[in-house]
Amino acid sequence: MSNVMLADVNSIPNESIYVKKKRTSDNVLSALIYLSAAVSVLLLVSIIGYVFINGIRSVNWEFLSTVTSARAGTTGILGNIVNTIYIIVITLLIATPVGVGSAIYLNEYAKPGKLVRLIEFTTETLSGIPSIIFGLFGMIVFGEVFGFKYSILTGSFTLTLMILPLITRNTQEALKTVPDSYRSGALGIGATKWYMIRTILLPSAMPGIVTGIILAIGRIVGESAALLFTAGSGYLLPKTGFTGYVDKLFQPGGTMTIQLYLSMQKGEFDVAFGIAIVLLVIVFLINVLTKVITKKLDVNNRK
Amino acid sequence: MDKIRFDDFWKAHYAPQVEFMEREQTFSIIGSNKTKSMVEKIAHIVFVVCAMLSILAVCSITLYMIVSGTPAIFKVGLKEILFSTTWAPTAENPQFGILYVILTSIVGTALAILIGVPIGLLTAVFLSEIASKNLAGIVKPAVELLAGIPSVVYGLVGILILNPLMYKLELMIFKDSTTHQFTGGSNLLSAVIVLAIMILPTVINISESSLKAVPQQLRASSLALGASHIQTIFRVTIPAAKSGIITAVVLGVGRAIGEAMAITLVAGSSVNIPLPFNSVRFLTTAIVSEMGYSADTHREVLFTIGLVLFAFIMLINIVLNGLLKKGGKGDE
Repeated sequence: MSNVMLADVNSIPNESIYVKKKRTSDNVLSALIYLSAAVSVLLLVSIIGYVFINGIRSVNWEFLSTVTSARAGTTGILGNIVNTIYIIVITLLIATPVGVGSAIYLNEYAKPGKLVRLIEFTTETLSGIPSIIFGLFGMIVFGEVFGFKYSILTGSFTLTLMILPLITRNTQEALKTVPDSYRSGALGIGATKWYMIRTILLPSAMPGIVTGIILAIGRIVGESAALLFTAGSGYLLPKTGFTGYVDKLFQPGGTMTIQLYLSMQKGEFDVAFGIAIVLLVIVFLINVLTKVITKKLDVNNRK
Repeated sequence: MDKIRFDDFWKAHYAPQVEFMEREQTFSIIGSNKTKSMVEKIAHIVFVVCAMLSILAVCSITLYMIVSGTPAIFKVGLKEILFSTTWAPTAENPQFGILYVILTSIVGTALAILIGVPIGLLTAVFLSEIASKNLAGIVKPAVELLAGIPSVVYGLVGILILNPLMYKLELMIFKDSTTHQFTGGSNLLSAVIVLAIMILPTVINISESSLKAVPQQLRASSLALGASHIQTIFRVTIPAAKSGIITAVVLGVGRAIGEAMAITLVAGSSVNIPLPFNSVRFLTTAIVSEMGYSADTHREVLFTIGLVLFAFIMLINIVLNGLLKKGGKGDE
């Protein structure tokens, strides 16, 4: 009896729920999905591999610690590194307070309405404007109208507008994760609003703010189109002494990406690849750093 | 014992008067409230000003793009600029037709989307629906790194890998052609591939988060009805995440149309009809490569190109804003 039933099942396999029907369309689609994921990873691996294989020869201590000079016979990017640091520091000095302040307003003070929607729309718009437009705007307004010409300051002002949304949004996200009980607790024992923000909210939101700053550094390091017509392309070191360092602010200075672009244009691919390696290492470090901080920020990991 | 009682008595009856008399010297809660409220007010005002800055920035960018982009339109004529195909800004009798430049940006962006979005969407599906935790742990950081690579590095790799490949392809295809102008591989196709790679991270990240936001019971019901895993993904999960995926595509368009440095050298440097193997110029690359030496009307026309680009971007932003609003309403 039982043998007969088994035989029956085997003879009509297509109607059995125990036998999975294989669809060719399923197989093709899942193959495509795996292929796409593989392409994404392979792209990264091949870009990084290609850059490292071609550039590792040109990266050495001299490359990082000298300025390109025909007289001394050196090829180096120290001047560009210093320019990059200048621009990062000045941009962040302006953008961080403004960005954080804007986020505090949006999250803690503003009541939902037209104004908030307008601010959020413009922040969104700012982050969508391509860097070349920022470059044109910076060139006319900061360079020509304000008279800073091609200089580190012009570049920093331009980049400030560009990274403002990044810092605002990250701070806002961080402020949203601070529980409301913190706020009412602080206000309940008599703290004023600003005191509460200063001593309770900002420390709690600090990892988010720091993440925003680090992402902004990444953006500044990788930026080129907005700087080409604002900060210009100098590659020399600032003159030593306090006035020299201050004067540098008003002089043109190309960041590493700008130097990479110019070298590429001139066909000096050794230098270009060398800078590319430095940039990739910075990008990698920034990625790791944000990961670590985001993990800390995650409320689920807090103890 | 007595003393304490006396103190209590004294405080209860005379303290208010004493405080009133000594207000000048003591730290009164009323006075401190006043200074505090000053600080409060200043803090409030400072924050409002900070928030207004983004409005100011967008308004002044819009204003300056229009102010600096329109003089050329009046000088050369709107029709001459937008609908003429001859771009000869430094000729004796200069002509400033940017039709091909506009078309290149549109065609280039469309092709980049056509290549980038399927790969990006499928990778997002892989990350959110298929990959084990370990596999996702490899692919996800790779995508994040891809997003962080500076655009000039993409340009560098594009010039040295893509262009020689394209040149070989070009030699093969146009072997017998007598009219084709050889470009050495700097052509529209190379630029499109670079753009497609550059929009991948944007498309992947946003599609992935919208796929992950699809409620689990939708997948469960589909599977319970007998659909296979793949059928569920393509018939249920992706349609449910539609608005997020469209947002991803629109952001990808914005990124592709605004990208400048990566494709400046890869796309070649002459203004041509956007055909795959032509050396072409995008809106962005026209500005980058000519701003350095342009003067007078030529420079003003470059600003007009900037204005056209800006108009495209604002259009995309408005579409995006509408989409996000619609998506937000759908969630509620």
